[in-house]
Amino acid sequence: MIGKNLSHDSATRHVTGQARYIDDLPEPRDLLHALPLASAHAHARILHIDVDAALDVPGVLAVLTEADIPGENACSPVGWGEPLFAEGVVHCVGQYIGVVIGESVAACRAGLSAVRVEYEPLPAILDVHAAIEKESYFGEPAVLSRGDVDAELERAPLRFSGEVDTGGQDHFYLETQAALAVPGENGTMHVFSSTQHPSEVQEKIADILNVGRHLIVVTCPRMGGAFGGKESQAAQPAAMVALAASQTGRPVKIRYDRKTDMCQTGKRHPYHSKFEAGADKDGRLLALKVESFADTGWSPDLSRAIISRTLFHLDNAYFIPALRFTGRIARTNNVSHTAFRGFGGPQGVIVIEEILSRLAELLRVDPAAVRRLNYYGDAPRGMSPFGQRLKDVRATRIHDSLIDSSGYRGRREEIERFNRESSWTKRGIGFSPVKFGISFTKKEYNQAGAYILVYADGTVQLNHGGTEMGQGLHTKMLAIAAHTLGVPLDRIRMMDTATDKVPNTSATAASSGSDLNGEAVRRACEKLRERLRPVAAWLLGIVPDEGDGLVFEDGEIWLPGNPAARTTFQEVAKAAYDARVQLSATGYYRTPGIHFDPSAGVGNPFHYFAYGAAVTEIEVNGLTGEYRIRRADILHDVGDSLVPSIDKGQVEGAYVQGVGWLTMEELVWDEMGRLLTHGASTYNVPAIGDAPVDFRVSLLPDAGQEGVVYKSKAVGEPPFMLGISAIVALRHAIGAFSSTPSQVELRLPATPEAVLRAVDMARGNPAPAATKA
Amino acid sequence: MNRFHFWVNDRLIEVEDEPPTTTLLHFLRERLRLTGTKEGCAEGDCGACTVVYLDATGPLGPRFRAINSCLVLLPMMRDRRVYTVEGLSSGDALHPAQQALLNHFGSQCGFCTPGVVMSMFEATYRLDLDADFKLEDQMCGNLCRCTGYRPIREAVAEVAGTRPRDRFLEMLQQAKADPPCSEDPLGSYETSHGSFYAPCSFEALFDLLSNEPRASFVCGGTDVGLAVTMHAGGRPPGTSREAGSESSLPCLVSLEDLPGMKKLQKSEAGFVFGASLPLTDLEEATATDLPPVSRMLRYFAARQIKHRGTIGGNLCNASPIGDLAPVLLALGATCILRDRARRREVPIEDFFVDYRETALAEGEILEAIRIPHIPGDGRAASYKVSKRRELDISSVSASFFVRTDANEKVTEARLAYGGMAATPARAKLAEATLLGKRWSTSTVEAAAKALDSDFEPIDDLRASAWYRRTVAANLLRGFFLETREERLPRLSARPSGTIEPESPRTDVEG
Repeated sequence: MIGKNLSHDSATRHVTGQARYIDDLPEPRDLLHALPLASAHAHARILHIDVDAALDVPGVLAVLTEADIPGENACSPVGWGEPLFAEGVVHCVGQYIGVVIGESVAACRAGLSAVRVEYEPLPAILDVHAAIEKESYFGEPAVLSRGDVDAELERAPLRFSGEVDTGGQDHFYLETQAALAVPGENGTMHVFSSTQHPSEVQEKIADILNVGRHLIVVTCPRMGGAFGGKESQAAQPAAMVALAASQTGRPVKIRYDRKTDMCQTGKRHPYHSKFEAGADKDGRLLALKVESFADTGWSPDLSRAIISRTLFHLDNAYFIPALRFTGRIARTNNVSHTAFRGFGGPQGVIVIEEILSRLAELLRVDPAAVRRLNYYGDAPRGMSPFGQRLKDVRATRIHDSLIDSSGYRGRREEIERFNRESSWTKRGIGFSPVKFGISFTKKEYNQAGAYILVYADGTVQLNHGGTEMGQGLHTKMLAIAAHTLGVPLDRIRMMDTATDKVPNTSATAASSGSDLNGEAVRRACEKLRERLRPVAAWLLGIVPDEGDGLVFEDGEIWLPGNPAARTTFQEVAKAAYDARVQLSATGYYRTPGIHFDPSAGVGNPFHYFAYGAAVTEIEVNGLTGEYRIRRADILHDVGDSLVPSIDKGQVEGAYVQGVGWLTMEELVWDEMGRLLTHGASTYNVPAIGDAPVDFRVSLLPDAGQEGVVYKSKAVGEPPFMLGISAIVALRHAIGAFSSTPSQVELRLPATPEAVLRAVDMARGNPAPAATKA
Repeated sequence: MNRFHFWVNDRLIEVEDEPPTTTLLHFLRERLRLTGTKEGCAEGDCGACTVVYLDATGPLGPRFRAINSCLVLLPMMRDRRVYTVEGLSSGDALHPAQQALLNHFGSQCGFCTPGVVMSMFEATYRLDLDADFKLEDQMCGNLCRCTGYRPIREAVAEVAGTRPRDRFLEMLQQAKADPPCSEDPLGSYETSHGSFYAPCSFEALFDLLSNEPRASFVCGGTDVGLAVTMHAGGRPPGTSREAGSESSLPCLVSLEDLPGMKKLQKSEAGFVFGASLPLTDLEEATATDLPPVSRMLRYFAARQIKHRGTIGGNLCNASPIGDLAPVLLALGATCILRDRARRREVPIEDFFVDYRETALAEGEILEAIRIPHIPGDGRAASYKVSKRRELDISSVSASFFVRTDANEKVTEARLAYGGMAATPARAKLAEATLLGKRWSTSTVEAAAKALDSDFEPIDDLRASAWYRRTVAANLLRGFFLETREERLPRLSARPSGTIEPESPRTDVEG
């Protein structure tokens, strides 16, 4: 069952409309609805909240604010800095002030319009540059450093410096934030939440209601996409309905419409980075200094961990002898930016990739060749900036293999020929690699549990702590359970993720879902199988020693070489029940050997690294700045794939999402801090015509990863960064508009407008400075 | 009448006293509890709510149309057959569209999947999906955030045009245009919440208009639907919208069922297209004879929108970025207007009076548009530039018509733009520089320069004024390059941009 292509475990339900999301669940009797009341100002004192008119609206039951919270008014994943509802001051447009509860969504909406909040506006900091100027930060800088970087920069034969700005990115999960709270007897509460982190939702609700966590059960049936956006920020809507349900004694549901979702939840952090780099004449990096600033928004959320991951990935796959990376999280009056696939990693990787692209342009050499020169390798080029020795570096192997299989060199020549003959249409080809550290940088998150129940008819219920957001985690867990227990997939039922099955779970995040939960599932299944083995041996009338040789596979149990010794899982389960053998088991796993000392910037924060690379070919229209990806080739390392169809889907989806971040997805806020791109009509995620026309994804063969469940590897985030190859390709194409080789100046996100500016610049016809925000 | 009926998945549904502004999506999910159809954006831009209806009223024959149920007002589905994702399989047997998506591993989170399936369902019965770019057009209205589209592309290519002999094909082949308005020429649906009329005679329409001064016209409804859902869609922070603005549409009058309003006519004098003609039909009907029209429609909007959107709706809301207007301006179209007493025909440029204002008088409707033939010595093409090629609102759209004499001197020029001013408009100064000059690079450069005096575009979230200006001029340059060999350039099979200034290249694949 391991290593076979499988459909997503919900695929049939997806295509028939039977898959239920929060808003599709049968509604309990007496259901109420809720909508959040949010700040209209980027920064203001709340002078007065007048809810009288709202309460007069037919169907409106209550407007709850911070005064109505019996426990702690707190909803931060890190335990500080974020109340659920504003306390006297609002810090961004869209910050929650309260929640309107009504008999219908329409009543809530009318109630919301009737609430009058009086504000006294205060000065606001609306972007990272303003924050830097005002020195507005949370906490102290995070630093990673090695060697005497200033001296090495001084000595370097080639020195250059620059800046890289990247924009934010809305998650645009198709299912918006949603939760349903159903109060039970004796102060209990069952909350259905579209969340990557049920245990944290449980914790926040317990604290807000001032009760023990044992009274709160949080269930996540599935999510219609999450991408990090439901790691910490699904807690607020869930907390609002739990509070409302506890106050009214009735079930309460909330589902954000798209505008509410986009205006009131955090996004990928916009970054500003500046660098000074030193290299030798061949293009080998000798020294690098980078300062990165993340627009964190108004509350810390997960930003501290996100900037750490940026620093851990500023090197990407490259050995840099002397370096200093500094990261700061800038406090602004924007929504609180949060986890998004890659978790700060992409904002680091793009910086070093831009540096190498610019270096190649300076040296007038193939940018892929410059990258190859700089990879990590054997000692002394095997040491990460944080003192973790890299083992089994696969960057060069992947590079050489993909350069060959994609026909990179020949196509590059062909493209240059094409570009000489074509004046308004130019093509470019770009290569970029990724190396990505796998493990939560928060050590305690690197644990997981599973709970498996076998019934006397041989059917199985599978519980684990991970959540399903489309990434196929459940499918992988089913494959592991089916393989380890030796039962067919259709005899195993995947249960909804729930905090009453596995306690104290981690967020399904950091690409770690299948590594952590998969090993826990495997261990639980192994426990059960070993308990059943003597029962099977007894049933088959063979001696216990022979039982060691029994094979459990696809619902049957047999002894190789003995055709008579064959029974079924079903019979063994029944026999085990009769013999009073326990038929349920838990599994537990914690990642070994990881540690990190943030003050020293040293440790082994990652269990291992995932690798991959992409080659993208793009065509640019020099009249409009429009472009199209003609072809993308990817070679990605997922270890021994648990389910190749799922892994390939992750790689393809991540790549296109990464391309979206760097090209067409542009967030625009106005001068009051209000988001203008707050819908599908104004914020452009890639459509089918933006994906590569010719899309070739392969998984690295012979890639087993020791120490991970069935030698597999994490896949969710790393391929996101392969989208950078589209920018490398764009630079190549844009450069071809110049009569002399020169530096390309391409702003990110590279919208058609940004590309046209760069083309005009390359043609020696610079546009006036951008007037747009 | 305060009731009507329609069919959902072949089940007869009686609707009684439901507000006329109820959307089909809302009705499916909240009344029928068919929750397979999802709301992803409530503005017709993501496709998660896609359903299909069988339409036998169009001039090109019966067809399934995939539409955004979030923008469809329920009474528009009166007497129609609607299919949702729940209605496709037969027992345990999946529909080929469902099976293909499953076989190609085309669902991840599954939330966009019902909509994807419904667009694929339409594709299954289409016989004209013979090119990659048509498949992309078929699917571009379905945003998927998970898969990267490769499996969806492969799945739709597999089922497109396969037309299994199943109950749906039977339904399609048996479908006949319903005799309009059997009993009630007003097509009335009057409820305590407001009224909806779909008159099927002009007499009934004009009688109604004289009695109902509050009437708002709807012609496909993708814009009125938006007004309804965006109100219902909640209040963006920092803006105030009054509650209950749904009731500002107390009386809706649909022009869809009026006789002749969907006509397609070709004669010596040119083409006449009825104002209620769906844009997909217009796209198909103009592919050969009027490439500038079909080329604009390719990037106009998602197919789901084009299925409900109409010529009349697009022109009458007079948006500065309505993409049809520049094409009609360039091609010298006229609008046929009609009230109770008479018909009049006005040139399209006189139709747009100001920002969202038209020349329509009280009690007058747009009945049709007339587009003259493009003469053999004319060049014409249309362009749309947006941040995302498909499914996006224009930064700039443009359409050009230039006619030259035997000496290549320009005898006629119409350069029309959208997104450059408060209304779609012609660049009169640039046109003037062309007239009488030889159609050459230097003439085009002079015209491109003159464009700067024609327009004062604005900065907004879609594009800067600089970009609009630059692209406006470049599109004209591109038009010159593009029409050197082909006077009426068609869509190229695989455009990297809206404009293809180079001659076709050696693409091997696809």
